[in-house]
Amino acid sequence: MIRFDRVTITYPDATAPTLRDVDLVIPPGELCVVIGATGSGKSTLLGAINGLVPHFTGGALRGKVSVDGRDTRTHPPRELADVVGVVTQDPIAGCVTDTIEEELAYGMEQLAIPPAVMRKRVEETLDLLGLAELRHRALHQLSAGQLQRVAIGAVLTSHPKVLVLDEPTSALDPTGSEEVLATITRLVHDLGVTVMMAEHRLERVVQYADRIVYLPGDGTVEHGSPDRVFTHASVAPPIVALGRLAGWTPLPLSIRDARRRATALAAGVEGIVPPPAVPPSRQDPIRALQSRNIVVRHGPVVAVHAVDVELFEGEIVALMGRNGAGKSSLLWALQGSGPRQGGRVTVDGRDPADLSPGDSRRLVGLVPQTPSDLLYLDSVAEELTRADAESRAEPGSARATLDRIAPGIHDAMHPRDLSEGQRLALVLAVQLAAAPRVLLLDEPTRGLDYQAKHHLGVILRNLAAAGHAIVVSSHDVEFVAGTAHRVIVMAEGEIVADGDTASVIVASPAFAPQVAKILAPHPWLTVDQLRRAGVFTPAVDR
Amino acid sequence: MRAPGAHSLASLRIPRIVHPLAWWIWAIGLATAATRTSNPLLLALVLAVAGIVVAARRTEAPWARAFKWYLLFGLVVIAIRIAFRILLGGTHGSGEHDLFTIPHVPLPGFMSGVQLGGRVSAESVLSATYDGFRLATLLCCIGAANTLANPKRALRVLPAALYELGVTITVAVTVAPQLVESAQRVRRARRLRGDTTRGRRALRGIAMPVLHDALDRSFRLAAAMDSRGYGRSGDVPARVRRLTASLLLAGLLGLCLGTYGLLDTSTPRVLGAPMLAFGVALATAGFVVGGRRVRRSRYRPDPWGFAEWTTALCGMATAAAMIVVGAHDASVLNPSLYPLAWPTLPAVPTVAILCALLPAALTPPPPVDAPLPTRRAPARETVGANA
Repeated sequence: MIRFDRVTITYPDATAPTLRDVDLVIPPGELCVVIGATGSGKSTLLGAINGLVPHFTGGALRGKVSVDGRDTRTHPPRELADVVGVVTQDPIAGCVTDTIEEELAYGMEQLAIPPAVMRKRVEETLDLLGLAELRHRALHQLSAGQLQRVAIGAVLTSHPKVLVLDEPTSALDPTGSEEVLATITRLVHDLGVTVMMAEHRLERVVQYADRIVYLPGDGTVEHGSPDRVFTHASVAPPIVALGRLAGWTPLPLSIRDARRRATALAAGVEGIVPPPAVPPSRQDPIRALQSRNIVVRHGPVVAVHAVDVELFEGEIVALMGRNGAGKSSLLWALQGSGPRQGGRVTVDGRDPADLSPGDSRRLVGLVPQTPSDLLYLDSVAEELTRADAESRAEPGSARATLDRIAPGIHDAMHPRDLSEGQRLALVLAVQLAAAPRVLLLDEPTRGLDYQAKHHLGVILRNLAAAGHAIVVSSHDVEFVAGTAHRVIVMAEGEIVADGDTASVIVASPAFAPQVAKILAPHPWLTVDQLRRAGVFTPAVDR
Repeated sequence: MRAPGAHSLASLRIPRIVHPLAWWIWAIGLATAATRTSNPLLLALVLAVAGIVVAARRTEAPWARAFKWYLLFGLVVIAIRIAFRILLGGTHGSGEHDLFTIPHVPLPGFMSGVQLGGRVSAESVLSATYDGFRLATLLCCIGAANTLANPKRALRVLPAALYELGVTITVAVTVAPQLVESAQRVRRARRLRGDTTRGRRALRGIAMPVLHDALDRSFRLAAAMDSRGYGRSGDVPARVRRLTASLLLAGLLGLCLGTYGLLDTSTPRVLGAPMLAFGVALATAGFVVGGRRVRRSRYRPDPWGFAEWTTALCGMATAAAMIVVGAHDASVLNPSLYPLAWPTLPAVPTVAILCALLPAALTPPPPVDAPLPTRRAPARETVGANA
């Protein structure tokens, strides 16, 4: 269905090709997951399938890409629209119309499909994706998960043979991404659609994959069945990491498989108290922030409803909950810059909302969901110098912070050219220049690969050890399991659970990490814990 | 596709969207009527008619809340007009009523025609007010069309031959409102840096991320449109495409000139109706040439039924009546300033303008969204009752 024939893609101004001599044949009806670290060329590979690369992005393509027998060299993306459907990371960016129905019909209109057929397909697709009751809803009223399903539906109505998805679940909460992935697998099973999907959070998708396309990062591509590729791939979900440590062959990919294999392991951990997943915070906690009765309203919508939060020095707190549960509103209200209609926040005896922006960030620092909003100068050096000036800190202190948390970011680089992880580190350094007691991060894990997430985890632990109180909002259960001391779960603007990580997430079907699911009811959270506890003795292996 | 029973009066009860073109014709008719008069009572009536129809027939969509901004903009226009008249008072005839005097600034000889400051008469202020009011009413009529018709639905009329133009306009219409949102986001984020500088440096701090963001979004939207097959008729021969594009653009220019000629009474007559007809002819030719090879279909097109005819004809009738009355006896429509006289409400123009009120009742109400747990449904009821 999809054929890459010795394909080399080089972007203008790039010193080395992004993809080199790629040979790839994807037969019809397969679900392929494209894996690799950030910057390894996943998006380039996906974009080349329908010709967006190089027709839209520029660059040179050598070799030949063909889909269903059509060469992308002679067929621009619009002439492939009836064969390839593309869904991007940010669904709202690709929406052309205002309502679900019109969005679903848009692609068909361009393909000149007769009105009667269109009408029928729209109805079918609404049912297939469970959107029927929302059909007249304006797109801006939908949740992120619903929007992503609309975006998938919008390309499905044209009945493409190939579906290309670039990180379809990166912005979604665990439940929302389950919905989207269930839809995708249903398409593969029932309609025989060929799916090419890039994804960072592999724990969500590997069990559905027929084939893994692995980009090690040097421009080459390796592909094969999941259990074969995962024996050595540098990116791997916890379930694979566990399988590798335990020496299971073939590697289990679904929780069900792993549970069957883990009977010996489960017996082995019986009676062992798991070492803490995160180095414990201090014994005599000093309260860094106290808030009472916080209320945030956006017009008629109550985003945060009478919430009390206490934060302690040296502690990392994860804030979880559905899209739209009020997490961001709460963080902004705690920082003092966001709206707050009621309640009080106290840090060092003062309320950050009463202070000037320059003073409140000395108490509470916030890294917003789009960190790049804070960057507007032309080089890393200028940003850092400015950060020192803003915080009235010693010249060079922001630079020192950056070198400590993410070495190797050069002064002359443009902030827009940094990778997601590096940009996050830069913003973190800018915010830390003010030495806030409390540090809040809104969805920092979005778009980060395993390595970058691991690195972020280390940074946060070091900051906590240095005495900062840290709050991280995240949908990433694996990250939370390995990073947070305490988890707060929000729903409809209220706190529904607040307790230490193990007790909150192990019991929850949506939030439990893979290791917890495999070893339930034993309260283990991460592979790292098992490794440190030394349970992988040959006796446990089989 | 015509909705079943689109002609019958009973179908007017069934909520649906009225064709955007009908609203535009209605609004242009009303605007034409407004340009023919400087009578503040008649202008107020036009404004009231536009306001009532908007209140009765607008949807819940974001662009439908814009009417109050047009009203506000109208007030600004009137204020500017009066301020300029007071500053550049101009010459005074005898027998005018002085209101007050502002300091006179002598100007060099070569600007002898202009007078800065000096005596301000009631007549000149009033005439400026009438002028401003007329312009403001005109603006609000166009605003009413924008409020009642979905701009994106109107865009769908654009033929595929104008591929680049279509992409540009769609991207602009979609990304422009998002710009406001991203500017707000960046401004909020800047406070997090404790950055409260103002002026040029602050502008840079906001403009850079916002423009980057806008460029990014525009690019992604254009790529998405392309991936979904927009402009697939791109393999129409380049010659035909160029011909279509030039016919359509020339037609559009003709339409604009013609409309301007019709609206402005002081332009030569040939710029009016004949130019309009010429523009329509060119544009039609463009649509025919372009449409021959267009491979595109329309999902649930807006039907053109009784409601659309009523709406368009009401607007046209109002305009026609005002033009006829104006040609017959212009003094009815333009109250005397010299000497000052109270404006009156002449019968025929009043009825003509009220005719444009009919669409408020003779069109189907806009469809209600799937009920949300908010106050939407009852609010709609009240608005309907007021009309």
